[in-house]
Amino acid sequence: MNKYFNIRFLRLLLPFVVLMLLPSAPAYAAHESESADVDVKKIIFEHVKDAYEWHITTWGDKHISIYLPVIVYSERSGWAVFSSEVFHHDAEYMGFHICSHGDNEGKIVEVDANGNESRPLIDISITKTVFALFLNALLLLVIVLCMARKYKKYKAEGNYEVPKGFVGAFEMLVAMVVDDIAKPNIGATYARYVPYLLTAFFFIFLSNIMGIIPFFPGGSNVTGNIAVTMVLALFTFFIVNIFGNKEYWKEIFWPDVPVWLKVPVPLMPFIELFGIFVKPFALMIRLFANILAGHTVVLAFVSIIFVTMAVNTVIGTAMTFVSVIFTVFINFLELLVAFIQAFVFTMLSSVFIGLSQPQHHSDNHHEISEL
Amino acid sequence: MSFLLPDAGLLFWMLIVFGIVFFILARYGFPIIVSMVDERKKIIDRSLQDAKAANEKLAAINTESEALLKSARDEQARLLREAAATRDEIIKEARQQADRESEKIIAEARRVIQMEKEDAVRDIQRQVAVLSVEVARKILRRELSDEANQKTLIETYIDETLKQQ
Repeated sequence: MNKYFNIRFLRLLLPFVVLMLLPSAPAYAAHESESADVDVKKIIFEHVKDAYEWHITTWGDKHISIYLPVIVYSERSGWAVFSSEVFHHDAEYMGFHICSHGDNEGKIVEVDANGNESRPLIDISITKTVFALFLNALLLLVIVLCMARKYKKYKAEGNYEVPKGFVGAFEMLVAMVVDDIAKPNIGATYARYVPYLLTAFFFIFLSNIMGIIPFFPGGSNVTGNIAVTMVLALFTFFIVNIFGNKEYWKEIFWPDVPVWLKVPVPLMPFIELFGIFVKPFALMIRLFANILAGHTVVLAFVSIIFVTMAVNTVIGTAMTFVSVIFTVFINFLELLVAFIQAFVFTMLSSVFIGLSQPQHHSDNHHEISEL
Repeated sequence: MSFLLPDAGLLFWMLIVFGIVFFILARYGFPIIVSMVDERKKIIDRSLQDAKAANEKLAAINTESEALLKSARDEQARLLREAAATRDEIIKEARQQADRESEKIIAEARRVIQMEKEDAVRDIQRQVAVLSVEVARKILRRELSDEANQKTLIETYIDETLKQQ
């Protein structure tokens, strides 16, 4: 039994070990030739930050990258669309180049007549994160629409059996969002918000999972990017406030507190109004920070190998085991986090929606605000 | 700090992508799935209710048939008991009658025997009387054939009579 377990465990570990080493290998290889020092911070930042190309791997001296289209508009040159390949080896193109230092590091800048660097007015380039966003969105659409077609077929056939396999797992998640998140937190009007909650849940969950996969279509840091989580939080914000009922606004501007807290200084209304913005802000930061931290920790553990290898081969070899074990552990943790963060985002969104339409005097208001 | 500043381009794309995904999925994706899941849930609920009702009906039928069976069994037992009682009664009656009849026959027989006996006794008595008279006459005839004997006898009788007095 014990032996069997060990072998099985090792067999489980092996692909992880291999996969763990893949993304960091090129990152290390790129710096190896320059100096023996490994710039861990740079490796990690290069991964989690956005870029104009998608660096997949380095095979020997050859960089394998997907060059993504750059779409910029500046007053000087108007609209410009070109491949990011032109920036290869720090080249300049049409007056644009990628900034190597300062606040705009890694972003496209143009140089004006005075020699000052500035960002073009509009930069809607298909960056790595945008491209990953497209891929994830496409994957999500394919999965959900396939499921919808399957269910349509089931319905046409009058097949009311509980599905198995992937469809069953998918349905379990759908049922979880509907029955365990939307229904108890929103109440009677929950059905109207189910499509949004499901979309948000599956979008975040899929993006998180894709972020954990360490090679090409995955490995991107989508939900660990504040712009992405900001849009998600904004959707929740608008849904909460557009569909909020009269009682919700009354609770904000004329809450059920002693009068001196409201007049002449509108202390409570101010706090409540502040809360409207704090809630989605918390949503934004929570998701972003959790996923970013996950990516960072995984990369940091992988980097241990290269840092210690640079110091001493023996220590490096020993530390490889430590690193792999920790990375596997963190990856499992990240799987959990991928689900939990999607769950929490959906959960809190539905809680906020539920709070925006109190059927009676909401008594769970204070307990929720602690979240 | 650049992490905390949302990039305008990415913001733009995310808005478009998520908006489109949301629009498509909210229209063509999730409602179908959710409605199907709901429908199935309803069907399962209904089936469960039906099964419960059927079970209850079955249970009712079971109790009913059991009651029926029990009453039938009671009836049977009652009939058997009655039959046994009747049989016993009949036997008892018959026996009593037979007893009475035999007693009557015996009594009759006894009476007849008594009568016969009395007749026989009377007959014997009569015969004895006739015989004794006959014997007495024969004896007397032989005894009284001479004078001396007649005198002796008379004297004996007189003596006896005197003695008695």
